[in-house]
Amino acid sequence: MTDSTIPSFEGATCPVPMRHDDQIVIGHGSGGRMTQDLIARVFSPAFMNPILAQSNDFASFELPPNAMLNGRLAFSTDSHIVSPLFFAGGDIGRLAVCGTVNDVSMSGAVPLYLTAGFIIEEGLPIQTLERVAASMQAAAQEAGVKIVAGDTKVVERGKADGLFINTAGVGWIPPHIHIGGALACPGDAVLISGTIGDHGIAVLSARGDLGFDAAVTSDVAPLNSLISNLLEAAPGVHVLRDPTRGGLATTLNEIAHQSGVCIEIYEEKIPIHAPVQAACEMIGFDPLYVANEGKVIVILPSDQVDAALKIMHNSPHGAEAAVIGVVKPAPSGRVLMKTSIGGTRVLDVLAGEMLPRIC
Amino acid sequence: MELSQAFRDGELVQRVVKEIRRIVTRDWVIMEICGGQTHAILHSGLDQLLPPQIELVHGPGCPVCVTSLELIDKALAIAARPDVIFCSFGDMLRVPGSNQDLFSIKAAGGQVRVVYSPLDAVKIAQQNPDKQVVFFAIGFETTAPANAASILQAKAMGLKNFSLLVSHVCVPPAMHAILGAPNNRVQGFLAAGHVCAVMGYWEYPPIAEKYRVPIVVTGFEPLDLAQGILMTIRQLEAGTHSVENAYQRIVSKEGNQAAQAILRRVFKPVDRNWRGVGTIPLSGWGLQPEFAEFDAENRFDVGHIQTHESPLCIAGEILRGLKKPIDCPAFATLCTPAKPLGAPMVSSEGACSAYFRYHRTQETT
Repeated sequence: MTDSTIPSFEGATCPVPMRHDDQIVIGHGSGGRMTQDLIARVFSPAFMNPILAQSNDFASFELPPNAMLNGRLAFSTDSHIVSPLFFAGGDIGRLAVCGTVNDVSMSGAVPLYLTAGFIIEEGLPIQTLERVAASMQAAAQEAGVKIVAGDTKVVERGKADGLFINTAGVGWIPPHIHIGGALACPGDAVLISGTIGDHGIAVLSARGDLGFDAAVTSDVAPLNSLISNLLEAAPGVHVLRDPTRGGLATTLNEIAHQSGVCIEIYEEKIPIHAPVQAACEMIGFDPLYVANEGKVIVILPSDQVDAALKIMHNSPHGAEAAVIGVVKPAPSGRVLMKTSIGGTRVLDVLAGEMLPRIC
Repeated sequence: MELSQAFRDGELVQRVVKEIRRIVTRDWVIMEICGGQTHAILHSGLDQLLPPQIELVHGPGCPVCVTSLELIDKALAIAARPDVIFCSFGDMLRVPGSNQDLFSIKAAGGQVRVVYSPLDAVKIAQQNPDKQVVFFAIGFETTAPANAASILQAKAMGLKNFSLLVSHVCVPPAMHAILGAPNNRVQGFLAAGHVCAVMGYWEYPPIAEKYRVPIVVTGFEPLDLAQGILMTIRQLEAGTHSVENAYQRIVSKEGNQAAQAILRRVFKPVDRNWRGVGTIPLSGWGLQPEFAEFDAENRFDVGHIQTHESPLCIAGEILRGLKKPIDCPAFATLCTPAKPLGAPMVSSEGACSAYFRYHRTQETT
């Protein structure tokens, strides 16, 4: 073979692969370099902390010194799907952090660490992901928790609605705390930390489903600081629960059922912002069944109501807190509402999806 | 206090109720026509405040409830077609047909969309020229004018892929059917305020005269309803039977003339089958021949539908005021909002759903 038979490759090179700087493509979920680039560009700058920086497949951490000695752990997970991703008062990132922080906090725990799993639809602008990550970090800072592990998957276009986020969280329950949905006692007072229905209506409005713009902002917020202050001032709290999907009515039914008690609430005491009430009336929704993301139902002995209200009123997330009802022994498992004109009716759980009515 | 709040004021309502108690001397049966009123009564607990002599029975004024099974099955057949985007008000999605509902059609891949206005469906038709867009036009005189407007708009735009599956019903023929039945119990009517906002109440004096029943146009807030009941009882106790208006802030005798004109332009009176009640002559609206091309029943071959109604459901007797939901053996046992046997358990305006949601205190307290 002579030199002349060897073809010359001089000057010929493979085309440089296209860079995908502006939107998510399938390769970002490959686990290879593109995934690393995405993490380095979006997630690491947003969430960086020493535990995350270990860059293992797991997060390894110590619990706070007092937690190593006694108490229990609370552990929760929540997946977040919301359309649109951004709405008045929040976005899917803030929702994903607050949702799990609040779930952990409802045990009376101090939330400590979160994980975040992202399922991203091909084509999502990377800028959107950056905005969401920044919002998650802001919410995590507000709540005083760290995001210590994460995962990224990319699915084909049409297989997800832009972005889904799962978060899981762990927290420490101090030894003297005993809170749960089965602990409501006859005679207890029922409190709500503020107005209901704001989140659900804000999302519907952002979705354009109302046909008009409602001047409503989502209440999505981390409640752990309010709850830790509350538990200091009113250590006898029996039940904490956040009325998210299904709203106040559904959550009260869960508690009545778990505790084997009747919960009686007073229509005129339930705080509702006027635009939420108006939007609900226009489309035929009942605000009692509309989702909240920054409210907590507190059930506690009546002698601790004043202390609890004082603390809640001093919190940015509890300014409109109110006593809305009492726990009674019977009929067990029922939620009854005293209407503003003096009647009584059953408040049932929602049968399925709330449907806008015809006229 | 905002105006709407004033009509929910407990003290004012109590004052009217006190007056009702003062004047009532014997038993009376009053029917509220509209499902929205049924819900408002049970939602506020007004029924519990009334003296025992007054029995409220719940009328056929829930459009979801009275839409015939045959038409719902037609809707399901059309919605299941791959070339169709089927648009509906939200309430209709859970109404059971013979075998399934629109939710199951959607889950199986049918394109079923909830819209808030028929004009949204026109927009969808415009945006999807390769699909047939069908709007399920149900409801009383309240929803019919907007549906009529959607036809005029689609025609003006030259849309060939938009049609209505029409199931409109009218109130006055139903009142005739109820009052003319041999087993009628109804002695006075609360007429549906929002239907009257569109139609006025000029159609009612002949009914009041023929059957010698008082008819009071009534609104939807607790104070409106209490006032409507008071005015009806006053007439019953005095032995008079005129048409009165307790909803003057919304309703005029002539009604909304523009809406009535558009209704007459697009629709004509037709016989209509009411679910659970049967066919009532000239009790519905159908499309005028000029607009026949927009009739989904003409556009799709759905003439062969066989229906199957649950034998347990007593919806017909409930809708005619002969029985109450709690008289039904299936109520809250075999039939619940999660698994309805009949339409009145589905709609937010259905009497059975209202009883299920608000009225199950007696059995346990």
